[in-house]
Amino acid sequence: MEFLRPTTWAEALAAKADQPEAVPIQGGTDVMVEINFDVHRPPALLDLNQVGELATWSREGDTYRVGAGLPYVTIIEELGGVLPGLAQASRTVGSPQIRNRGTVGGNLGAASPAGDSHPPLLAAGAVVEVESRARGVRMIPAHEFYLGVKRSALEPDELIRAVRVEAARGPQYFSKVGTRNAMVIAVCSFSVALHPGERRVGTGIGSAAPTPRRALEAEEFLAGELDWDARLDSAVLKRFGELCSRAASPIDDVRGTADYRRHAIAVMARRTLTWAWNDYRKVRAA
Amino acid sequence: MTLPLRAPHDIAAPGIGGVGESTLRPDGTLKVKGEFAYASDLWAEGMLWGATLRSPHPRARIVSIDTAPALAHPGVRAVLTHEDVPGRKHYGLDLTWDQPVLAIGEVRHQGEAIALVAADHPETARRALDKIAIEWEILEPLTDARRAAFDPSYPQVQDRPNPARHQPVRVGDVEAVRAGAEVVVTGTYEVGIQDQAFLGPESGLAVPAEDGGIELYVATQWMHNDLKQIGPCLGLPEERIRMTLSGVGGAFGGREDLSMQIHAAMLALHTGAPVKMMYNRHESFFGHVHRHPAQMRYEYGASRDGKILYADVEIVLDGGAYTSATLNVVGNAASLGVGPYEIPNVKIDAYGVYTNNPPCGAMRGFGAVQACFAYESMMDKLGDACGIDPVTIRRTNAASQGSALATGQIIHAPLPMKDMLAQARDLPMPAPLDSSDIRNLPGGASQTTHGEGVRRGVGYGVGLKNICFSEGYDDYSTARVRLEVIGGVATALVHTAAAEVGQGLVTIEAQIARTELGIENVVIHPADNQVGSAGSSSASRQSYMTGGSVQAACWAVRDRLFTLVDGLYDDLSLAGGKIISASRGVIASIEDVLGDRVIEETREYHHHPTTGMDPVTGQGDTHTQVALCVHRAVVDVDVELGLVKVVELAAVQDVGKILNRLSLEGQIHGGTAQGLGLAVMEEIVVSDGKVRNPSFTDYLIPTILDMPPMRLEILENADPRAPYGLRGAGEPPTLSSTPAIVAAIRDATGLALHRVPVRPEHITG
Ligand SMILES: Cc1cc2nc3c(=O)[nH]c(=O)nc-3n(C[C@H](O)[C@H](O)[C@H](O)COP(=O)(O)OP(=O)(O)OC[C@H]3O[C@@H](n4cnc5c(N)ncnc54)[C@H](O)[C@@H]3O)c2cc1C
Repeated sequence: MEFLRPTTWAEALAAKADQPEAVPIQGGTDVMVEINFDVHRPPALLDLNQVGELATWSREGDTYRVGAGLPYVTIIEELGGVLPGLAQASRTVGSPQIRNRGTVGGNLGAASPAGDSHPPLLAAGAVVEVESRARGVRMIPAHEFYLGVKRSALEPDELIRAVRVEAARGPQYFSKVGTRNAMVIAVCSFSVALHPGERRVGTGIGSAAPTPRRALEAEEFLAGELDWDARLDSAVLKRFGELCSRAASPIDDVRGTADYRRHAIAVMARRTLTWAWNDYRKVRAA
Repeated sequence: MTLPLRAPHDIAAPGIGGVGESTLRPDGTLKVKGEFAYASDLWAEGMLWGATLRSPHPRARIVSIDTAPALAHPGVRAVLTHEDVPGRKHYGLDLTWDQPVLAIGEVRHQGEAIALVAADHPETARRALDKIAIEWEILEPLTDARRAAFDPSYPQVQDRPNPARHQPVRVGDVEAVRAGAEVVVTGTYEVGIQDQAFLGPESGLAVPAEDGGIELYVATQWMHNDLKQIGPCLGLPEERIRMTLSGVGGAFGGREDLSMQIHAAMLALHTGAPVKMMYNRHESFFGHVHRHPAQMRYEYGASRDGKILYADVEIVLDGGAYTSATLNVVGNAASLGVGPYEIPNVKIDAYGVYTNNPPCGAMRGFGAVQACFAYESMMDKLGDACGIDPVTIRRTNAASQGSALATGQIIHAPLPMKDMLAQARDLPMPAPLDSSDIRNLPGGASQTTHGEGVRRGVGYGVGLKNICFSEGYDDYSTARVRLEVIGGVATALVHTAAAEVGQGLVTIEAQIARTELGIENVVIHPADNQVGSAGSSSASRQSYMTGGSVQAACWAVRDRLFTLVDGLYDDLSLAGGKIISASRGVIASIEDVLGDRVIEETREYHHHPTTGMDPVTGQGDTHTQVALCVHRAVVDVDVELGLVKVVELAAVQDVGKILNRLSLEGQIHGGTAQGLGLAVMEEIVVSDGKVRNPSFTDYLIPTILDMPPMRLEILENADPRAPYGLRGAGEPPTLSSTPAIVAAIRDATGLALHRVPVRPEHITG
């Protein structure tokens, strides 16, 4: 197995262009597990850890650019205030060791329906910045990024450079059901983000369909029904939960049943929206 | 032959503490620093790597097998099948001889070993496995344990008929009193398959010896029992097999059956080179037996005031394809089927069956764990039906010293169960839920609730476990103790074959030697078969049995030392490195009396003899000792999402004598955690005989955020028959924590919950 170690982004893109079958490795918390289990025997590994810029974040106006190689621990410590949904999701990933190594870039690269960063990226309307030597930069909205179980819109010669997320203008919440109180892959998860400026609520469902997805009907319902100057109507809340649950298409597997997942999505949707709404009203009242 | 590097060697036991003191473990610092040599760290010059081809099917015929392509693979040194087994083709724990060393024409469970490869690199060996071509005839797996137990037309799984064992227990006359019961409660209970989930996967090294024999470095629970199976299968006399215990990374019963021992030895003898085998985590799930899943039906009749009149019990335990420990698991389930309660009329039928489900055998508390979940659930149900609280209903029916177990055996030692229950009830309750930190809530940092839907519940569990082997087995232990002056200081060398599996036995051996010989310096010899059997590190028995043999050997050494003292004394003792006369004070230092002499004595320790169970009535004095633990569990349940946070586990356990409080508390914490795992998360999920979650991604064991702080009350009511009056302590808490937690979840949710582990969808409906 070849081990490629580019030190600049341009070199990394060149290596990927010359050898599209090379598997990028950042934190390695997915890649090494798969190699260990002999799931893949890639002809080459493309180590991105020497490309320093990937492990940084920056701000452009109201948009935060989170480098593909920024570990979860940094997101939690440095971006919790501006990207609360993503930071909460990051806090639920694995254990401290995994959060020290694992990255959002790797989570996107793996594109597992159970990846925890996906729901908050969907709810916040994030954009994935990918690049190839041949075609340059492409900006892929998160909801167009996930194509199938562990399949994404990333082309073989492309690498993920960053994910762009707007600073939260309203409350955001992430919630994840697992059958253990820590270090657990999601049975299902849910994220909500209020966008008061647009009078819109963003959603993201995890681990309850072949891909992470938004609950579009539920978002449209709230856009029409939500009275942004009033308390949350319990009928609206209930309907929101039902629509989120309906947006899922879960399966029965060893982690949980489809019925349970549908039920849990509804509960999490109601709870997270309530928390967000209470925060929003509190801020407005203050 | 070169000796393996990183092989076990003598360890000096640190500290000066004797019996009763919390001395530190000799292996503790090494383990914490990552320097302890586990069996997976074994290494020898020029060694080959062995690998095992396992069946993907739970039941199939092997039409043909072609090993030639694997043998032709560069770097491969041997490919072996059942035809290459030099001696007996079958082995079996408890000498049941029904498990093929390598499959013969047929496989009976997923993961059954079929062929072996030795190669110069582990990856080469694994790749060569892929090249062994097998033509299969796949058969429908037999997976219905109840049909296996009761339907004579159900096809046979192996040569031996079903059930493997049916053990009835009959006391009084259930039929005669049934109609007279004022209150009748019934329950159907299920226990899923739990795994030992030890962290050090199966591993070992076989080194061929010049005399045609073999040196085996293995992580096991009982070397001498391994030897009884390895010898015949290799066609070697026992004296040509030298076994040394290597670093054991946990066992919990899962290392009682053989795993790679015969396989590695076959490859080493065949190639003439040392062979190491090491399973990965995935293979480990197929490389050892699990806890028997159980299906249980209970009916209790009682008077309105909660006094139980009769118990009618049926327990079906699925052992998978081979016997392993099933016979004894059935014996425990039958004899302890109604637990520590006085019930005048009892009808118990316990069955162990063969199926094509994963093989099951020994795991911490076997047989007793399954029954305990059912009988404790029944106690709560009965209490509910009579309007009596959980503690009172248990106290109303509690056994005590002098009571008879269901087998008729009289409990010979103190059993203050009533007091223990009251003590557990009266312990201070944990603080009310503080939901300002989400880590305190069900779901923890996953933020499934900010307090919504969370309800608190409290539950109790009592478990009674037999300690040491039962039913007439003489599981003696042997110890050799040598006393000599080394560097001017009297030093004892303690040599046993007892397996240190993480429980802290070596610490206790040293403490006993210090106390009995009045010295400080103790060295523990590696456990090997150059000394007699110590029996198994199971059944909570090593402190009792090997503790007893070390004590006996020390006494023999001491008595010889006294013969070297000038003058006639009949009141000598040893303390502080001195020989002391009760009447005349210090006589001399041990070093001065011993000089350059070496005193070595070997002693066996046998426990009080037991009898078998009557095949029709189940009656008999079958158990050496019984030990009790009472748990009180407090849980917070998110009733809308079905998520559980165990808030506190309090335990009251009677251990007879605390040899080392630090180690003991570790055992109670660990046993409790394993019971918690069974209550809310641990299960090997099987469909059509196939395991669906053979990894730690999906076989979940409790983390530090799942296991709550514990409150412990440890009692010391001596058992007059046992060394120091001690009671085995490792297993009882594993029994009682599961039903206590489930009872607490029932209390919080109002649900009946008849199956463990309780999953979120069982709570949300
Ligand atoms: C014990 C354990 C617990 C875990 N728990 C969780 C959990 O709770 N939640 C969760 O979501 N995940 C979990 N994971 C999975 C994993 O940690 C995450 O998916 C993590 O985000 C992966 O990041 P990484 O940097 O380690 O990725 P890597 O393993 O380095 O890469 C993952 C994938 O992304 C590709 N990739 C990496 N960087 C790029 C790039 N810049 N451009 C293109 N492709 C790229 C790789 O080729 C690979 O396919 C766990 C893993 C382990 C081992």
